[in-house]
Amino acid sequence: MSRSRIDLPPESDPAATHTSEAREERRNYYLGYVLALVLTLPVFAITGFHLLPTKEIYWVAGAAALVQMVVHFRYFLNIRFKGQTREDLHLILFTTLILGLMVGGTIWILFNLAGRM
Amino acid sequence: MSRAPTRHPGLNLGPSHQSADDAASVEVFGFWVFMMSDAVVFGLLFATYAVMVGRTAGGPGPSELYDLKSVFIETLALLTSSMTFGIGATMMKHGNRAGWLVFWLVASFALAALFLGFELHDFVDMVHKGGVPQRSGYLSAFWALVPLHGLHVTMACIWMGAILLQMAKYGLDDAVKTAVLRLGILWHFLDIVWIAIFTVVYVGGLA
Repeated sequence: MSRSRIDLPPESDPAATHTSEAREERRNYYLGYVLALVLTLPVFAITGFHLLPTKEIYWVAGAAALVQMVVHFRYFLNIRFKGQTREDLHLILFTTLILGLMVGGTIWILFNLAGRM
Repeated sequence: MSRAPTRHPGLNLGPSHQSADDAASVEVFGFWVFMMSDAVVFGLLFATYAVMVGRTAGGPGPSELYDLKSVFIETLALLTSSMTFGIGATMMKHGNRAGWLVFWLVASFALAALFLGFELHDFVDMVHKGGVPQRSGYLSAFWALVPLHGLHVTMACIWMGAILLQMAKYGLDDAVKTAVLRLGILWHFLDIVWIAIFTVVYVGGLA
């Protein structure tokens, strides 16, 4: 711990760990973690104990996964709808569009082909 | 509550780390572009897997090969390591707590190693049951997708080791700070890919 004192740049305050900003940021990580657990644990429970019919598990797990991805982007990667200087969110949305076209297109065409065989 | 606009994905260092924050605004954005291209690679391997999943060619299928308990432990380990990494980054940002940063990074490393240990055990188990890549189209697709994620996690662990060595030699300078931010982007991104893997591959295969 002693080297952290040596490395302190002159402008930073050693007690800054306890500012409200620091608390808020740490709370974001904890909150994201709890939300992710809430979205993960039931999915494993219904799958492990076969609590629902297969098709319903697919829907629940798929929906939970999409929401959990949004939670990770928001709380772990700090992506917001507003207030970014660069196009971080646009890049995600564009990548999602590309993925939708390529993944959706692949699955659509190949399942269609398989159906005709 | 009003806040300053964020300059890049992940934790922003803010004005108290002026020079590192300026460097990060370019470097982390570039890394983010790279991550998004990596997301496309994973997405297409998911598409391949979805097409191939029923094509077992008489070989073993998901219900014989997967172990949900093991996957559950892997999921918890990786998710927890994402959180501990984030806490470590806040320790670096607020008060330059190098000691705490190292503590949380090592904790994240240990959890990632736990993840890799269980995953390796799963892979060995699959091979023993005859689930090798050349057995069927389904297994080729599986081995292209899931171990690629494991390889990413392994590389991220090696990168973390390199950052810790760099920190031991040069202290918590700007290069180390921006490297921690970029590694954080990779770390959280790999956890997002894992959500898709445990949902599509394991829950999809065992439901």
